[in-house]
Formats: sequence, structure tokens, C-alpha cells
Amino acid sequence: MQKLFRAHRIAATCAVLALAASSVYAQDAAPMDAPAKASPAEAANAGATPIAGDGVYKAFHEQAGIQRVMDDFIVRVTTDPRIMAKFQGANLPRLKILLVQQVCYLTGGPCVYGGRDMKDAHAGMNLEAKDFNALAEDLQLSMDKEQVPFRAQNQLLAKLAPMERPIVTK
Amino acid sequence: MRWFKSTCLAAMSALSLGVAAKAHAQAGLLDSGKLLLTQGISTIEGSSGGGLASWATISGYETGDGIGANAHETYVNLTDYSLQDVGASVGLFNRVEFSYAREEFDTGATGAKLGLGRNFTFDQDVYGAKVRLIGDLVYDQDTWLPQIAAGVQYKVNDKDAIIHAVGGKSAQGTDYYVSATKLFLAQSIVADATLRLTKANQTGLLGFGGDKNNSYSPEFEGSLGYLLTKQLVVGGEYRTKPNNLGFAKENDWWDLFAAYAINKHLSLTVAYTDLGDIATIKNQNGVLASLQAGF
Repeated sequence: MQKLFRAHRIAATCAVLALAASSVYAQDAAPMDAPAKASPAEAANAGATPIAGDGVYKAFHEQAGIQRVMDDFIVRVTTDPRIMAKFQGANLPRLKILLVQQVCYLTGGPCVYGGRDMKDAHAGMNLEAKDFNALAEDLQLSMDKEQVPFRAQNQLLAKLAPMERPIVTK
Repeated sequence: MRWFKSTCLAAMSALSLGVAAKAHAQAGLLDSGKLLLTQGISTIEGSSGGGLASWATISGYETGDGIGANAHETYVNLTDYSLQDVGASVGLFNRVEFSYAREEFDTGATGAKLGLGRNFTFDQDVYGAKVRLIGDLVYDQDTWLPQIAAGVQYKVNDKDAIIHAVGGKSAQGTDYYVSATKLFLAQSIVADATLRLTKANQTGLLGFGGDKNNSYSPEFEGSLGYLLTKQLVVGGEYRTKPNNLGFAKENDWWDLFAAYAINKHLSLTVAYTDLGDIATIKNQNGVLASLQAGF
């Protein structure tokens, strides 16, 4: 019984992330080659409207580049002493898929975000502004590694920054 | 030599602050959670801002859950004068800022020409308080609302007799200001506009009020910066000033700056500043260098 409860707890903390969130339970991720048009609900869940044009998406080196950014990012956040505890028990492969979808969508790429909205995904996680900012700093390092130009990085960050409001609850 | 000593002092305080911040990193309150450079830099009046202009930023790298602080040392080497400035500030919960700065305006060899004596120095203490009213510099990227703060600076100059002799009305004065600072992250631009009510002559270095005018004037401070990297912002500032004294015309100030954050504990600012005519001596321009340490 306790084990089951624990499993639930772990599942609940899984969505952790000041950036994007996972629907930890039943939902399946939308396929990567999903049509470019997101339904209104899916678009709303992504937390922001996409950047116009595909310039930023290209600056991220498209899907493959965003994938590399998130490969690096997940390693970073799960080893960053400031926030690693927030990822304990998280379904990291799934989280990565959703992050790639979300960033691909927000940068103007042909993706649909299949996760829950930012508020739901981070509910009950007691995230603080410093957690959110630490995560943003890790993301900057991952984007640096992919050699995403600073201006394009900031264009994405400008989309992510207002998500502090639904995500940071503490 | 003085500059060297001050730099040493600043470097030492930087080191100790850095160590302190590290030691307390787990303590929670000293969270250093704010993003790099988003606290602005220390102005010569002690408040956080762009160097010459005060901004709506709250000093320190704390978030809404913590406490931050800074110490700074600024040196301005002008054609015929120099200004040395040391100060400290503390930010509480990214909401309230308290600051202190001591300015030493050294007339150097020019002091003799002005009849004040060589190396005659005007000293001024500036006590500041600022409160963030609305808006968030970083998070409010989906609205035009800037971060807005209101502040007050109480200034005490120690050269009462000279100030009166040149037509100044008081050696003490209080400035009131409202600042709006906006980070246009998608454009990598930071902008500030500040409205200041003041009686200060040369920001108070030559006292407050004067024979020409002894009432408060609304003055403008504007800054525009471009973020080149996470660590480096370049830009310019403009600051208007009143003209209260009959004996010497006062000019607006401007500068072109580069601020470099080595990390969250140490940043350096270098600027070309043009402070115009000061106490009848024309075209006072030169280099401003500032070292800031904190968490």
C-alpha cells in the first residue's frame, strides 16, 4: 500500500520543471511528425503563442538541434544541486519528449505539444522563483552548447518567462 | 594610488561577499536566484540602475523569497576633476532596496584655480530607499507593463559654507523619483525612463537649490542597453539636471557604458562619461570605472 502511494507520489512529482511539463499518466505524446497545426487546446497548453516565422526554429537547428538541447538540458537539471531534487522519480524520457515538442512549437517549428498546461503540470510541486530561474540558467547553457545565437535564445526565453506565473506557486 | 587602494578594498569586499554568499548558499534566504545582470548595477548615488541613472530594479540577486546585497566602488576620472564613490545596498525580497553611497568629488589642481585650494573635495552621503510597485522586469514578457518603482534619496553634503558662498541654498536635499524599467527580452534590449524631482546642483555635489531657482524641478533620466551576451550589456544613458546656480551653468550628463558580469558576485562597468561644465570649468568628460560585488 505504502509502495503504491509512493509510486503515485513519484509520478506526481514527475512533471517537475519550470519550463514545460509532462502529463505523467495516460496521455501519449503526439508523434514528432504531427501536423503543424495545433488544436486550440493544445496551443493553450503550450503556455504561449509560437514565435512568428521559422527563423528562431532554424536558429535552434530545427528538430534535431532542439533534441540535442534537451538531451543536454535533462542531464544538466538532474545534476544541478539547486534543483535536482525536483526531478526525483520523474519520467525523464517522457519529459524530454514533451520539452522538445513544446520548444519546437514555440520556436515556430512544425510540432504539436501534447502535454498538460503549465499550471496543472506543476501543481503541488511548490516551485519557487529561484527554481524557475535556475532552470532557465541551465537551459541557457544547453542552448550555448548547441550554439544557438544569443538573440534567438532570448526570443525563446521571452516566451518562457511569463510561465513563471502559473508555475511558481511558492 | 587612491584608486588602487579603493580597488583593493572593493576586491577584498568582493571576495568576502562572494565567500559569504557561497557559505550561505544553502541557507535559503540568500538565494542568488535572480538572473544575471537583472539587478542592474550600482549608480553613483548608491541605488541600483545603469550607472548614472536610477532604475526600477532592486539591488541584489535575490528573488521574491530572499535577500541580496552589493558593495560598489566607482571612480570617474574627468578632465579637471575626479569623483570617487563607494557604497552598499541591500535588496529585500526583490521588493525594497536600501542603499548608501559616499561620493568624494575631488577638485584636484582645479581647486586652486577656483580659489578653494588644491584637492579641495566635496563629500556627499546619499541614503536611498526604493520600493518596487508593480511589474516584473524578467517575467512580464507578454505585456507592455514595465517594472515600476518609486524611490527617495536623502543627500548630505559636508561643504555647507562653500555651497552658500556660490549661491546654493542648502547642503542637504531630498530627491524623489519614479522609474520604469523594461526588459524587451525578445529584442535583447533593456530600457529605462526615470522622472526625478530634485533641487540638487550637480546631483548635490554643489548643494541644493540656488540663487537662480530654489524649487523642485522635474528631471529625466533615460537609459538604453543592448544585451550582447548573458554577461555583457552595452548602452547609453542621458540625465537632465536643473540649473539653479547663477555662477555656473550646469549641463545634462550622458554616458556610453559596457557592463560585464563575471558571475553573480562580481561585475565591472566601464563608461565614457560626459558631465559637461562643472563649476565654470568646461567640458568635463572622462572614464568611469566601477566594480561591484555582491550576491
